[in-house]
Amino acid sequence: MRTRRKGIAAPYLIWMVVFTVLPLLLVIYFAFTDKQGHPTMANLYSLGSYTNVFVLSLVLAVVATVLCLVIAYPISFMLSRLRAGRQGIALMLVMLPMWMNFLLRTYAWMSLLERNGLINRFLGLFGIGPFEMINTAGAVVLGMVYNYLPYMILPLYTAMLKIDSSIIEAAEDLGAGTWHKLWKILLPLSKPGIQTGITMVFVPAVSTFIISKMLGGGNFWLLGDLIESQFLGNAYNYNLGSAISLVLMVVVLLIMGFTGGFGQEDIEGVI
Amino acid sequence: MDQNIIVRLQDIVVDFDEEAVLDGLSLEIHDEEFVTLLGPSGCGKTTTLRVIGGFLLPKQGNVFFDGVDITRLPPYKRKVNTVFQKYALFPHLNVFENVAFGLRLKKLGEREVTERVEEMLALVGLRGFGLRDTATLSGGQQQRVAIARALVNRPKVLLLDEPLGALDLKLRKEMQIELKRIQQSLEITFIYVTHDQEEALTMSDTVVVMNHGRIQQIGSPQDIYNEPNNAFVADFIGESNILDGMMPKDFVVEFAGHAFACVDGGFAQNELVQVVVRPEDIQVVPAAAGQITGVVRTTVFKGVHYEMLVEQAGNEWIIQSTVASAPGELIGMRMEPDMIHIMHRSEEALAYMEEEEGADADEA
Repeated sequence: MRTRRKGIAAPYLIWMVVFTVLPLLLVIYFAFTDKQGHPTMANLYSLGSYTNVFVLSLVLAVVATVLCLVIAYPISFMLSRLRAGRQGIALMLVMLPMWMNFLLRTYAWMSLLERNGLINRFLGLFGIGPFEMINTAGAVVLGMVYNYLPYMILPLYTAMLKIDSSIIEAAEDLGAGTWHKLWKILLPLSKPGIQTGITMVFVPAVSTFIISKMLGGGNFWLLGDLIESQFLGNAYNYNLGSAISLVLMVVVLLIMGFTGGFGQEDIEGVI
Repeated sequence: MDQNIIVRLQDIVVDFDEEAVLDGLSLEIHDEEFVTLLGPSGCGKTTTLRVIGGFLLPKQGNVFFDGVDITRLPPYKRKVNTVFQKYALFPHLNVFENVAFGLRLKKLGEREVTERVEEMLALVGLRGFGLRDTATLSGGQQQRVAIARALVNRPKVLLLDEPLGALDLKLRKEMQIELKRIQQSLEITFIYVTHDQEEALTMSDTVVVMNHGRIQQIGSPQDIYNEPNNAFVADFIGESNILDGMMPKDFVVEFAGHAFACVDGGFAQNELVQVVVRPEDIQVVPAAAGQITGVVRTTVFKGVHYEMLVEQAGNEWIIQSTVASAPGELIGMRMEPDMIHIMHRSEEALAYMEEEEGADADEA
């Protein structure tokens, strides 16, 4: 029995080795060598000069994640309390933007936010503005929130589906007002969904490069942009690129370990 | 029993999707009373409970608590607590914290919380279970936690929504006695919802029989059983023979082709009525000694008694007797005057009888 089970797992193991373990080892190898292949720590040491990029990426990603959580939480709760038939439709509306190409979605925001974009022109009708919206930190965060919101809603929704309405009613019956219901019942019971949601938003947000490029206009040089430039751009130094990726991975792992965000069981329900 | 009215419902109307669930329901519930709302599923009994608990705002009508209108008061401000059908324990809290939930919201001191929780756990027979995870408890134990969690807040009224529905028969009987004991020792009002007529008769001071969002009868268990108001109540509470009859004059009723002496009067002359006779109230006698005679169709042993189906002049009778008669045998039937219950033939009752006949026809 045991060997047969192992046999079934073989294709997956091969897949893991070829596409996950080997690339990871390559990244580690490049991070600790120079262009001639000699072992060196220079790549890691030189990262000190990119501290501001690290900080900016982390701050923007944290802000975007928090915003996603705050926006998604009430939406997910309302979704989970809808009648079964309507839940499907409402959920599809949440997913709908995800079916459109990521670049297209972000381009759409560019044309909305531009100096001569739709929003400024609309406000202009009332004599307000124009506002400088594109190429700001706010625009980058907006792009992240817009693109990653469904990844927060889905795990939260799944976690909240498991909370029986009678439990919330019981809390209310025992004297809990809105605030206490949220704090003492909903938040603890939806914790797995919150952790998964944070992971699923924070990880792509901290390593994004398209959003910052398109909505930040090059003013916001993030880790993703930095890594991209080392592999595909002018800088072309994949040893340095690997070192940055490695450190980013460690930082993400540390943060996720801290928030306990490896909620595997809840990802299953979503995907 | 204290005669103060603690809960009063006045002309409550509730509808879901245009369909009336409660149709102008009015009800008074007294202090320290054990009241049962009894009826088939969909009769509005749980809805009534949710209106009292504050989970449902009626479309019309008012709810009074101790004389004060609380119709629009949210549940967390009401001095009633609920035991939910599926217990609804908080899965992230242990037994102690589940019970302590309401007390912590009241910001009581740690010592008082501990004292009151331990006292409640002892009352429901769960001393020493405080640190247990609720998921490790049996259904009966979870139900006890739910009861303790509600009672620890010292409500004046406890609402119970089919609390024993998920338990097996033996446990249910134990809990029935237990609940009655708790209610009497705490001297508070219990409003209890069930579809189980035996449960209602066992525990209640007052039974409220409901159907189609209306109250059919309010009375003591004895009243409800012995003097049903209409065919629905007679049929829902225990088994009954319900026949059409006529009152030629006071204290005489004609049905099943015979004029019987009875104890009821005050009907119009020759008024059409319905007659209820309980299966155990019919005496089986030799054919010659019977007021009427019939042929036994089937005989089934039920433990304490035999249950027989008897055909008599086109009527089918259920008779319960400790002596068996063989199928095919011609027997005589006698009914004492005070065993014959006479009901007005209301339109509602007629509608109910037709409904039943329709259902029987469907089954056939």
